[in-house]
Amino acid sequence: MIILKKICKSYNGKTNVVDNLDLHIQKGEFVVLVGESGCGKTTTLKMINRLIEPTSGQIYINGEDIKSKNKNELRRNIGYVIQNVGLFPHNTIKENIATVPKLCNKKDEEILSKIKYLMDIIELPYEEYAYRYPRELSGGQQQRVGVARALANEPDVILMDEPFSALDPITREQLQDELLRLQEEFGKTIVFVTHDIDEAIKLGDKIAVICDGKIIQYDTPEEILKNPINEFVESFVGKDRLWKTPDMLKAQDIMSNKVVKVYGSRSVAQTIEIMKKHDTTVLAVVEKRARSTEKLLGIVGSNRFYGIENHETKMKDIMKTDVVKIPFDMPLTEVLNIRKEKKLRHSPVVDKEENLLGIITNTSILNVLSQIVPESEEY
Amino acid sequence: MDIIGFISKNYMTIINKTLEHISLTGISVLLACVIGVPIGFSIVNHKKIANIVINIANVIQTIPSLALFAFCMPYFGIGRNPAIFALFLYALLPIIKNTLIGIRNVNPAIIEAARGMGMSKTQIMLKVEVPMSISVIMAGIRIATVTCIGIATIATLIGAGGLGDLIYQGIGMLNYPMILTGAIASASLALLADFILGICEKQLTSKGIVRQEKA
Repeated sequence: MIILKKICKSYNGKTNVVDNLDLHIQKGEFVVLVGESGCGKTTTLKMINRLIEPTSGQIYINGEDIKSKNKNELRRNIGYVIQNVGLFPHNTIKENIATVPKLCNKKDEEILSKIKYLMDIIELPYEEYAYRYPRELSGGQQQRVGVARALANEPDVILMDEPFSALDPITREQLQDELLRLQEEFGKTIVFVTHDIDEAIKLGDKIAVICDGKIIQYDTPEEILKNPINEFVESFVGKDRLWKTPDMLKAQDIMSNKVVKVYGSRSVAQTIEIMKKHDTTVLAVVEKRARSTEKLLGIVGSNRFYGIENHETKMKDIMKTDVVKIPFDMPLTEVLNIRKEKKLRHSPVVDKEENLLGIITNTSILNVLSQIVPESEEY
Repeated sequence: MDIIGFISKNYMTIINKTLEHISLTGISVLLACVIGVPIGFSIVNHKKIANIVINIANVIQTIPSLALFAFCMPYFGIGRNPAIFALFLYALLPIIKNTLIGIRNVNPAIIEAARGMGMSKTQIMLKVEVPMSISVIMAGIRIATVTCIGIATIATLIGAGGLGDLIYQGIGMLNYPMILTGAIASASLALLADFILGICEKQLTSKGIVRQEKA
């Protein structure tokens, strides 16, 4: 959809504000460019609608080099929302939203129905707000109009330059939620610039962490939180960030891979040997499947062996079968709740085909905790 | 009263002189608008040129009006033409200056938004810059008009006519009613022009901007 290829921008010919930057954005993706001020994120954004021309490199939208297009034509087909809203104060809300379709000489009836539709979506009813002026609206309402204006000409791509940073936290949160809803509804490709990592994590399908004009890491929010590529990303994201968004921690992140397994066909005597060897009293009972995966059948604890005379009894006959199988992508909070509710100590984690992946125990949770909590502390 | 007597006897002359006065200032201010506003727009993005233009206009403004009329005589002879040219020069400064200030005060974020939406330079000027700075530009035109109406009374000295005729003839003949009539007519003309232009300013300015300035 949008491809930035070896983009450089230099104002003085010596230092590059944007330095050999490559970025691929898929159709319908919500990509957030995040970084400290002066890192080149806004410059990068503005090169996409040619408000700034790159010193070298190419940018393609839908396979077309944007240099080959008329600047104004290009911009009319790319929605643009900026921090200071930039509504025209001398125009009514209606006129503001109609700006770009009018530039494109669309029919009046068509524009009107579009305006009504959009105002309905941003929850500023046409009857009440169409003939008001921007200054009569609150900051949040103004930015809603700003977003509606960007959508009015039905662009495939929308560029947003810190659109919510001037708003109070409550309004910001509301608008973020609304933006996500709009994105779901319209499926636009959005490139969003912010310096706020929380905002980036909340909104982005993908986040590009930018520093000194280079993309340091370009990945999903989860990957960036869990596997920051270097110290810069780690400190930018914040070490404790993961715990502020516990929903990003899934069952597979807190399970232990070192689960002791036994095949369902094994006998009691064999199982006791395995337990002794691994110094444990609980085993996962599995069945071999193709491609070295193993299907979880149940769990067996040593207490189940009491009173069993026949040491040839197979595990699949005495195991506990009604175990709670935790899907690998279940969020941490949910896992903890289930464990508490059902008083579980050993919760096996499975994938979609019920293949055993690992096991969650109190120890495994503590292990993960101790890894993420900072290693050194100054006293 | 003497004045009332004078007016009732000479009302035709007074009306003629007033019309002359209006046409003198009207033409020169109109010329100044037609030339000054585009100059303001074209130099707004060139700081150095803007400074030079403003300085030249400032220098013109400092020349005593009588001297300026005199300077124009060798080129335009005597009569209306040199007067109109001199008044035009006087009107130019406030119009250029206010146009510059008006456009410079337009929030750059709004210009950027306009560019980002794909407006051409001309569209930005006509649809954004002019409507947003119209009240400041109009204020410049008002100042220019009022100044010109006052200075135009001196134009009588180079034979341009207008209400100055009444005043200077009155001085020569020590005819106080005549002097007062000329002076009062000129002053009321200035007030009236200011009032009318004030209404125009209000009409031309979008409601979205007017109240913002008052707040």
